[in-house]
Amino acid sequence: MTRKVTAAIVGPGNIGTDLLFKLLRSDVIEPRWMIGVDSTSEGLERARQRGVEASHEGVDWLLKQDELPELIFEATSAYVHREYAPRYAEAGIRAIDLTPAAVGPAVIPPVNGEEHLAAENVNMITCGGQATIPMVHAVSRVTPVPYAEIVASVSSASAGPGTRANIDEFTRTTAKGVETIGGADRGKAIIILNPAEPPMIMRDTIFCAVAPDADRDAISESVVRMQQQVQEYVPGYRLLQDAQFDDASPATQGKTKVSIFVEIEGAGDYLPPYAGNLDIMTAAAAQVGESIAKEMLR
Amino acid sequence: MSDINTLSRTWTDTDPASELDLRLTDTCLRDGSHHKRHQFVEQEVRDIVGALDAAGIPVIEVAHGDGLGGSSFNYGFSATPEQDLIKLAAETATSAKIAFLMLPGVGTKDDIRAAQNNGAQICRIATHCTEADTSQQHFGLARELGLETVGFLMMSHTQPPERLAKEARIMVDAGCQCVYVVDSAGALIMEAVSDRVSAMVAEIGSEATVGFHGHENLGLGVANTVIAARAGATQIDGSVRRFGAGAGNTPLEAFVGVADKLGWKTGVDFLQLVDAAEEVVLPAMPEECHLGRNALMIGYAGVYSSFLRHADNAAARYDVSAAKILLEAGERKLIGGQEDQLIDIALQLKAKDNANA
Repeated sequence: MTRKVTAAIVGPGNIGTDLLFKLLRSDVIEPRWMIGVDSTSEGLERARQRGVEASHEGVDWLLKQDELPELIFEATSAYVHREYAPRYAEAGIRAIDLTPAAVGPAVIPPVNGEEHLAAENVNMITCGGQATIPMVHAVSRVTPVPYAEIVASVSSASAGPGTRANIDEFTRTTAKGVETIGGADRGKAIIILNPAEPPMIMRDTIFCAVAPDADRDAISESVVRMQQQVQEYVPGYRLLQDAQFDDASPATQGKTKVSIFVEIEGAGDYLPPYAGNLDIMTAAAAQVGESIAKEMLR
Repeated sequence: MSDINTLSRTWTDTDPASELDLRLTDTCLRDGSHHKRHQFVEQEVRDIVGALDAAGIPVIEVAHGDGLGGSSFNYGFSATPEQDLIKLAAETATSAKIAFLMLPGVGTKDDIRAAQNNGAQICRIATHCTEADTSQQHFGLARELGLETVGFLMMSHTQPPERLAKEARIMVDAGCQCVYVVDSAGALIMEAVSDRVSAMVAEIGSEATVGFHGHENLGLGVANTVIAARAGATQIDGSVRRFGAGAGNTPLEAFVGVADKLGWKTGVDFLQLVDAAEEVVLPAMPEECHLGRNALMIGYAGVYSSFLRHADNAAARYDVSAAKILLEAGERKLIGGQEDQLIDIALQLKAKDNANA
């Protein structure tokens, strides 16, 4: 058997557990530790049942062990990650951050997944960002995008207390990612939490302003190609419609409006399939982790 | 059976310096923004604020229809930045306070700060009526800044009174001073309003006031508002000339007339407000707010009122029925903010039409 890169997941909640299930299938990463701070955590127990060493004594315990992980996946909160990121770096452990802390460069696998393979810390932006920024990039790789706007609708049941308490961080971090990685000059993000029962599957709409003479066929083709690129790590990522083009008018501020509609059905590893917003986060983190691990094993 | 004139609570319970039974907020420069497709210009805002202020309206709300930060592809771009309009409104009003609306997930705390810098004094924060906990950081900031705070529980018809009371509690604990039952779809019918107001008064009444915001989609704006006031709502929304989303809001001048008849003090001069409605507000409207087929579908299907214009747009763009789009929006249980999904519905209807052709 070939060597795998060892990893710890910090944060045994829904995201951490779903990520663990994905990493247990990895050919290049071995998830060895699950770290929490609550001895009664069900997530720690679930990890133990799968043969993973679990501790409720936090990162301090992990960093005292004789053998340290080569990778840490942070699935706690932005606050916790900002505090611990320097210590991971000091210990020579590479960090993949699933919180909005944004300590390291942001990564969207099909856009810049290969750019930060040597970074000591990479950030996964937000679920809405992972779901929409690829499509902004799909347009901007064909034609300049002076403005892009994304609308993320997620089921209320899939939005945890962290998202709810820090909804401004979601909109701000996502909008910034639309600009820096999506390639729009200016970005805007909107998030809606819908309480419908049964819970709705995550849906996102991506609007891009482009020049009236932009090549519509090339944009449509690029959007379909991007769907395939994302499907490589999120099989439930689907375009709901062909890209729509509205001619320039005063209502579109003199630009052609491109509208792209997607739905993200989760893989159902641990989280229910409607929570595509959480699945795309863990799938993207696993994907980025594997790219980094392959580079480390090279 | 209580007398029709009886109010269980009045605004003086909350504000002893006040002589009013009810405190009215006109929302035509915010809710009317939907009907106007967000195309207000400075002169209209100056004229409307001037006329409403002179008639004695104590609170005037000014913002993009979807709140601060609403100018977008999804909701429609503003002709004039809403912060410029807020500043102008605050400069124009002599006694009325200027309120603004913001929706967590659309606007951010930065927008609240900017509105205060532009002279607004009342921060109204709206969430879907099951998602009050997304507003906590915003109420916290607004109180820290010394703004008066109001919470909007949108689409209140979708939840029973007990759930609304629970959500109102979350807002009040976060710093909200008045929580509104917001009938965003104009789908509540009489006792459904008073049951919700009463449940909220019972939960938060000793710490905060309760308000009611109505729409006309089933033709019940004034009647629902009267029953809300009798149940203990002391802050009342309406829009002069109904200038609001869907079939419009409770016509404020009509409510003032009704309040006069019932002996409820609003501090508003009925005749002056009627003149303002006819001579100042009506000329700024693209057309009157009609209780037409599509507006009725909104009330009947329980759909967010501002979907009306967006359903019109999608229907025209894809040559399908706006009424069918709205009914499907109700089926999908869409909530405020999901205007983008109307385009997807229109495309599905078109695909179905093509398959049947």
